[in-house]
Amino acid sequence: MQPDSLTFIFLNAAIINNFVLALFLGICPFLGVSAKLNSAWNMGLAVIFVMLVSSTCAYGINHLLVKYDLEFLRLICYIAVIASAVQLVEMTIKKVSPALFRTLGIFLPLITTNCAILGLALFQTNLAYNFVQCLAYSIGAGVGFMIALILMAGLREKLELADVPDVTMGAALSLMLGGLLSLIFMGFAGLGG
Amino acid sequence: MVRDPRLPAPLSWSTFTTGLWRENPVFVMLLGLCPVLAVTNTATNALAMGLATTFVLLCSGLLVSLLRKVIPKQVRIASYIIIIATFVTITDYAIQAISLDLYRALGAFIQLIVVNCVILGRAEAYASKNPVRNAVVNALGMGLGFTFALLCLGVVREVLGSGSLFGADLFGPSFQPWAVFVLPPGGFFVLSFWLFVFAVFRKRQQRAAQPQQEAGHAA
Repeated sequence: MQPDSLTFIFLNAAIINNFVLALFLGICPFLGVSAKLNSAWNMGLAVIFVMLVSSTCAYGINHLLVKYDLEFLRLICYIAVIASAVQLVEMTIKKVSPALFRTLGIFLPLITTNCAILGLALFQTNLAYNFVQCLAYSIGAGVGFMIALILMAGLREKLELADVPDVTMGAALSLMLGGLLSLIFMGFAGLGG
Repeated sequence: MVRDPRLPAPLSWSTFTTGLWRENPVFVMLLGLCPVLAVTNTATNALAMGLATTFVLLCSGLLVSLLRKVIPKQVRIASYIIIIATFVTITDYAIQAISLDLYRALGAFIQLIVVNCVILGRAEAYASKNPVRNAVVNALGMGLGFTFALLCLGVVREVLGSGSLFGADLFGPSFQPWAVFVLPPGGFFVLSFWLFVFAVFRKRQQRAAQPQQEAGHAA
């Protein structure tokens, strides 16, 4: 596979360099919203959507900043854009589909402080991707986040029925699971060749 | 003597120590885990990241507390984020100027301090409600607590994963490094291990406190 082909960029972001399990971005929602399979699915959808919107905006803004030689403002601009993108998405969903808004409701504002979103915007700038590549990268990253979240939620739902010592309950056990998942995802490391 | 409620909250030793132990941002509140896992593969990186975060915490705490009567309630989160992003940009350029190697090792995680929930959490929950003096002391405690947690992970991961500490070789050439601890899964395992250790500690403390309470009731 060519390193700059769209398929490779997508697979790289989704599996080989999975945002959660290999790059450690978005650990808070990974631990916070992964208790139930259903909410993990909804959170995943919301993140994919916000990633697409904010990655597109970040691409445009970076162009403007480079043009006017204002790169030192990049971080401040990106975070402002992401915060407003999240707000915009929230309002749009509320208007278009109130049912979806009710299911996502609580998770939407939380996405602002999800470092996977800002991480995505920063990485795509560093990698100097063009517009289409940015789209593939952001969808890949979102799908990767969703895969990690759903795998974790499935494991935790099963684990609720297991009999474990009470000191290991909660975060310690979830992190151990995260470690095992991350170990599994390391097996994909040679995929790009 | 009854305290006048209009007076600022008293500055006590616990304003500082609460972040170090009782409300440690990482081990107790589980906040800001991304940098905790990502940049602790060596103790040096962990220390640098901890100090950078402490600096941002301190400065943003100071400014948020100074401006707490000026910022309108509706746009407070956005204002806090802009304040934090400003100081993170300063830190980013400062680290780049001080050591380029360090800058490369920490990568995007310096800029990602912006979305570290410890900082926004402190701004919202403490600095925006308390006078400057308290906010600064509290931020310092929280920052040092965060640095302490990062070091806990960094030291274990570097010693086991590369057989060195702060870059100095510990075991000589015969040591076979346990490579998984420098790799991503190691971060999860070591943090899980520390949380487990602290859970056992807390259990012990609770158990030790209970018989005393019962004895107190009997008396």
